[in-house]
Amino acid sequence: MISVSGFLGQAFAILLALVLAPLLSGWVGQCRAWFQSRSAPPLLLPYYMLQKLFNKEVVLAHNASSLFRAAPFVIFGCMVLACAIVPTLSTDLPFAPSADALALVGIFGLARIFIALAGMDIGTAFGSLGGRREMLIGFLAEPALLMVFFTLAMIAQSTSLATIVETLAHREPVIYPSLAFAGVAFTFVSLAENARVPVDNPATHLELTMIHEAMILEYTGRHLALIEWAASLKLYAYSCLGLALFFPWGIAPGDDILALIAAIPLLLFKLAIGGFLLAGIETINAKMRIFRAPEFLGIAFMLAVLGLLVRLLLEVRV
Amino acid sequence: MPGLLSLDLLLVAAAAWLALGLIGLFASRNQALVSQVLFPAGALVGLLVGVTGIAALGGDPQTAVLVIGLPDLPFHLRLDNLSAIFAILLGLTSAGISVYSAGYFGKGDVAGLGTLCLEYHVFLASMLMVLLADDAYAFMVAWECMALSSFFLVTTDHKHEEIRDAGFLYLLIAHIGAIGILLCFGVMTGGAGDYSFAAMRTQELAPFWTSAAFLLALAGFGAKAGLVPLHVWLPEAHPAAPSPVSAMMSGVMLKTAIYGLLRVSFDLLHTTVWWWGVVALVVGLVTALFGVLYATVQNDMKRLLAYSSIENIGLIAVAIGLTLIFHAYGMDALAALAMTAVLYHCLAHAGFKSLLFLCTGSVLHATKERNLGKLGGLIHPMPWVAWLALAGIIAGAGLPPLSGFVSEWLLLQGFLFSPGLPHPWLNMVVPVAAALVVLVAALAGFAMVKFYGIIFLGQMRDPALKDAHDAGPWEKVGLVWLALITLLLGVLPSTVILRLDAATRQLLGAGLSDTLNEQGWWMLAPISAERASYEPLIVLVTIAVVLLLARWLVRTLFHGRVRRSSPWDCGYHFEGPRAQDTAEGFSQPIRRIFEPVFRMQRHFPAARDKQPFYSVKVEDHFWYWCYLPIARLANRISAMIVTLQGGRIAVYLMYSFITLLVLLMVARP
Repeated sequence: MISVSGFLGQAFAILLALVLAPLLSGWVGQCRAWFQSRSAPPLLLPYYMLQKLFNKEVVLAHNASSLFRAAPFVIFGCMVLACAIVPTLSTDLPFAPSADALALVGIFGLARIFIALAGMDIGTAFGSLGGRREMLIGFLAEPALLMVFFTLAMIAQSTSLATIVETLAHREPVIYPSLAFAGVAFTFVSLAENARVPVDNPATHLELTMIHEAMILEYTGRHLALIEWAASLKLYAYSCLGLALFFPWGIAPGDDILALIAAIPLLLFKLAIGGFLLAGIETINAKMRIFRAPEFLGIAFMLAVLGLLVRLLLEVRV
Repeated sequence: MPGLLSLDLLLVAAAAWLALGLIGLFASRNQALVSQVLFPAGALVGLLVGVTGIAALGGDPQTAVLVIGLPDLPFHLRLDNLSAIFAILLGLTSAGISVYSAGYFGKGDVAGLGTLCLEYHVFLASMLMVLLADDAYAFMVAWECMALSSFFLVTTDHKHEEIRDAGFLYLLIAHIGAIGILLCFGVMTGGAGDYSFAAMRTQELAPFWTSAAFLLALAGFGAKAGLVPLHVWLPEAHPAAPSPVSAMMSGVMLKTAIYGLLRVSFDLLHTTVWWWGVVALVVGLVTALFGVLYATVQNDMKRLLAYSSIENIGLIAVAIGLTLIFHAYGMDALAALAMTAVLYHCLAHAGFKSLLFLCTGSVLHATKERNLGKLGGLIHPMPWVAWLALAGIIAGAGLPPLSGFVSEWLLLQGFLFSPGLPHPWLNMVVPVAAALVVLVAALAGFAMVKFYGIIFLGQMRDPALKDAHDAGPWEKVGLVWLALITLLLGVLPSTVILRLDAATRQLLGAGLSDTLNEQGWWMLAPISAERASYEPLIVLVTIAVVLLLARWLVRTLFHGRVRRSSPWDCGYHFEGPRAQDTAEGFSQPIRRIFEPVFRMQRHFPAARDKQPFYSVKVEDHFWYWCYLPIARLANRISAMIVTLQGGRIAVYLMYSFITLLVLLMVARP
């Protein structure tokens, strides 16, 4: 059941995630700059940032608690696990049974709770503001995300991500209308969960609009490096999840080494397109007021429910 | 014969609890004896109950007849798998709470510690008897003992008027519930007059009466469990009671109501109608959503937890509803899945909610403060309580890898199967109900972050808080015990579910053990590994390994230097503790988004106010919709009746005379 090649593939997928995640963030930043006619920062900027931050000493606030110091590591651990579960290159993942789609949502939730608590730890006005808003986005986005997974789980008769992707990648060429609804809903949720425009702006420190940045204001040095890395891992996990669920072609079915190697350039290509589109979305949208976010995520939820109902009404043959 | 032994052992345990209570009453002068000896002894008895329950699982039902009470009406007792599960819950949870109580009641002078010890142990013993009762008479006697002893526990601090009010409200609703249960038993005897459960199991009832019995049970047990709209006593009684008592009521007593509901609907009534499930599902969803929304806006830490208990009871009712629906359509494997979720959530909630209530007890003892707005930063003086409470809130928010997530995961898996229902619209509406369950879980995360962040993190909102002391040794043992239960329930789900299987098999004739036995003990895959699987131990170990590896690598490749300084705060001058979110501020998004749900009285400061102030008061709609109209009606009726009471003997004699005359006319031979 658990093969050596499966384990090697798993280890490779995790390493690839760790390496590619900052690159993806750098790529999105570069595309954004192009869209906005700015001269682009170097593609490898996130790596330089990580190196710089790891080398810097940590400046801790006087009343920072042990939880504040532990949180970056916990969040990083959660995101690495999430990247291990999401099928990127192959569906033969020894880690896949450890958490299905529902548990994946739970793991993201765990990371969210830690980052929100860490934000509240120093006791600054911004920290608790960020924590409260993050939890707000969380409870709005989670039901929509779960409904998307429900729709997919009903198509694949399974909540295991590997099985879902395998079913979707190797099905007969039938168009599922429910997938279209689910895909749009998933895009909305991903934007909100990854602190992207129009819900949040990763590039701002404008005090009234921050969500994610407000929580991590007090972090420095290696802690900040880990949080930034975890954030890019989250973006990578969501991107790969979206690609695997809605554009699953090319993902290797088993421990076929050739298919695995062929899957790498395809993944890079898909991620590049995805990052480009993300930068496009971020450029043509303005950041919305925080209390428009419920409407935005409400639409996502409605679409996801619609997808589910379409699946149940139109696609299931009795 | 080990079989008979378990029931006897449990009876011995109940007697031991009563004896401990009586010793406490007579030795009430000796505080050290009562707190340091009797409560830990009670904990040992609790442990005995838990272990006996575990040993009794899977065995044949054991019965006994106890010749006490009225002549010709002995107590029938029975220990089966369902009782055993709840006895385990009672025993293991109360062990932790009793040990904690040894420390909690040992400090300071609790007036009337002896009486409290008696009430506490009577409460424990009566809950055990509720689980063992096998006829309506024994059940009601135990049930009433439980209600009365807990009423006295709630009103321990009866010098405050609001505590007396809370106690009155609790007693009132407990009795409304008891009437429902009594009527339910009456219906189930079918007029035969035999009140033993054995007779009820064989009684054939007309469909109308079966449904009536179920609805009466739902209302009666729902009043005790806190289902909307009979929930109003919970947020009043829990803050009023001492923290170990709140923990016991929320963790264990609410589950006895769930036990009763399961007993009636799956054991005593042998037919199930699908719409019962829909009723339970809808009531549960409303309760869960209502509870969690109100939990997020509370400022009193124990009220917050009380509303969170309402939410969890709602989720349990949702799972019961799903079980009923599947069971009614004969889909027993799926019914077993949902039933497992019910039982698992009962256990999980007992563990983490008791843990959190006990943590509030420690905070209350250390700071004398229940208001979130005056706490903050307590992780510094109270690291033990803070880190153990973290386990509680992660479980409470339903997140992996702790206990709350397992039951939630099982419940959602159950929902995923509902499209297979052979009913035209049910199979479409029910999956959407799952979205509401997820919303509730996500909102619970919000409430838990609020609870934890405002109490334990940030700056201290009151300078006196830095003198707060951490929990004492007894308290630590109790907290660690409950945290351990939460952790083990979280990471070893299939080991636990294999034990729960005996009860689901007894009630539904199906269980999950066949599929679970094929897989490793670390894996939870209730249907099949391809269908869905969850391995919490792997999740926990992976996160821990990555965490430690990252820490080690960062320290070896780079450095581990730390410098302390003032916070950065975006370059602003660092504000004092008043710049942090208050409890009200933290929940502002909820109040804004779900505005119609709350009844709010707000005062906003105007632009030119000399002394601007902001205040918000959130009240429960149900008071104004249900309770106050009824109270007004009762007052009006009594005002009319009181005119008959003139206070003159002659008039009263005339009433008697007229009554006699009327009776003579009516009751002619």
